[in-house]
Amino acid sequence: MHEPNWFRWTRRVGLFVLLVFTLVPIYVMVSSAVKPLQDVQGVFTWWPSHFTLAPFNDMWTTIPLGRYFVNSLVVASASSLASVLIALLAAYSISRYRFRGRQTFSVVVLSTQMFPGILFLLPLFVMFVNISNVTGINLYGSRLGLILTFLTFTLPFAIWMLIGYIDSIPRELDEAALIDGNGPLGALFRVVVPAAIPGIVAVGIYAFMTAWGEVLFASIMTDDTTRTLAVGLRGYATQNNVYWNQIMAASLTVSVPIVIGFLLLQKFMVAGLTAGSVK
Amino acid sequence: MVGAVQAKAPHGRLPVNSVQRRKRRRQWLPYVLLIPAIVMELLIHIIPMLIGVVMSFFKMTQLYLGNWQQAPFAHLDNYRLAMDFNQPAGKALLHSFAVTIAFTVIVLAISWSLGLVAAVLTQRLFRGRGVVRTLLLIPFALPIFASVITWNFMAQRDTGVINHVLVNQLHLTAGNPFWLIGGNSFVTLTLVVVWRTWPFAFLMMSAGMQSIPADVYEAAVLDGAGIVTQLRRVTLPLLAPVNRVLVLVLFLWTFNDFTTPYTLFGDTTPVQADLISIHIYQNSFGTWNFGTGSAMSVLLLLFLMVVTGLYLFFVNRRTDSA
Repeated sequence: MHEPNWFRWTRRVGLFVLLVFTLVPIYVMVSSAVKPLQDVQGVFTWWPSHFTLAPFNDMWTTIPLGRYFVNSLVVASASSLASVLIALLAAYSISRYRFRGRQTFSVVVLSTQMFPGILFLLPLFVMFVNISNVTGINLYGSRLGLILTFLTFTLPFAIWMLIGYIDSIPRELDEAALIDGNGPLGALFRVVVPAAIPGIVAVGIYAFMTAWGEVLFASIMTDDTTRTLAVGLRGYATQNNVYWNQIMAASLTVSVPIVIGFLLLQKFMVAGLTAGSVK
Repeated sequence: MVGAVQAKAPHGRLPVNSVQRRKRRRQWLPYVLLIPAIVMELLIHIIPMLIGVVMSFFKMTQLYLGNWQQAPFAHLDNYRLAMDFNQPAGKALLHSFAVTIAFTVIVLAISWSLGLVAAVLTQRLFRGRGVVRTLLLIPFALPIFASVITWNFMAQRDTGVINHVLVNQLHLTAGNPFWLIGGNSFVTLTLVVVWRTWPFAFLMMSAGMQSIPADVYEAAVLDGAGIVTQLRRVTLPLLAPVNRVLVLVLFLWTFNDFTTPYTLFGDTTPVQADLISIHIYQNSFGTWNFGTGSAMSVLLLLFLMVVTGLYLFFVNRRTDSA
């Protein structure tokens, strides 16, 4: 198709400006992570006075970064795994059966997704404290408690996305499995689950990513031993010296796996996120 | 669909009594599959929400947090405190609400516009399009806390890149301005959230544009439509379904944002950037008065429900009449 010259130039200039806006913070993060300490204590410099990988080494001892890393890994994995499993059964039921209460359930799931987290934080906090006072089971400050609170946002999201994915799998597949003598559960696990693997993986990874970055619940529901990265990285700022080079190195380190995961799943993600709106 | 299965079954290899048994089983099976989800929904959403509403009518101060059954009934005191705009608490809540509205409108307008511009500019194939798209999406992929910490570093008064460029390289102001306290903190907060949010608008609108068939544009070109007319008469109308969802999602995300101000400002959020989630949070955990905090949360929820309801009502009505 013919493109006028002005459009080509608008594109070049426009995308250049947007790329600069997008990439400057990323450049600052990466370049500061390889600077010696004196470079980040004075006026900002675009280039390191000399290149060093020491921040990537020192960042583990300034704060207990390794422990936070493990905590984040455990909590994010468990909450995304649990929500995918629970959501899979629910989504199959919603997608394949017509029954009383189906609509109500869907509406509740969809609307809880829009509610602000603070709405659940206060009562969950009080519930945890009182449960511990009565039964001695300590959910407050524990990993299990944090995983439960993370389900408040990973679960409705997973249910909603998986309904979309399972809807897109032809029903003839599970009907064929039923005729072949499988029960409904056999049809689910032998036919629907294998066909939905890309969607399940995408939903799981997206849930993992949101849990990895969650701050609101993590800031209240964790203590020194269970703190996650999203809250723990603030610890660098409370040191006597603010080690900006180490902070940038740590931010970069915790971001790389997430960004790679996102870019790998970009196509699935776009399909899933837009499914509801394009249909 | 269930009917189709049942109609097919007798022609299959299943004996009739097994079909009947299956029919009966099918009536409770969907509920059984839903049990884990329903239990979790009750545990993490429904019950906490009900408790939150109940708490808003009780005097839930530090004294009663650990033994809630002894908390005294407070009638509408919590709501009265939150809504009395002549008293400091009510005034602060109203101010925070106004800040949040202004913040949300600005972020939404800029993010949506930037997303549209980038989506239009990358709609046609050109060399390097894939790379540009991927690079533009990185802010959305980064964990929010990691990128906000970077912005915090950039906004530092003496060591940050923002002042380095404005003061040392462009000589725009004489002294180093503060970016994380005072009036400028609102600007910084808006900038950071736009930086992170607009790629999502770009992503959604790009995906929506890909589903517009090429022959629609060809027909428009034959009719003599230039690029601007194509955008106004073809792209935007066909993008309407995507935009309906996109605007709502952007509104809810931005309005409820907690992570960005919390990570950007630490424990003392400047009043000029006191978003509503932060306000309720710091009020509740600063004073341990959960009754008032719950009342504020309920008011926030009512507001969001009214806005979302009105939005869906008007959007649907416009679609029906169109």
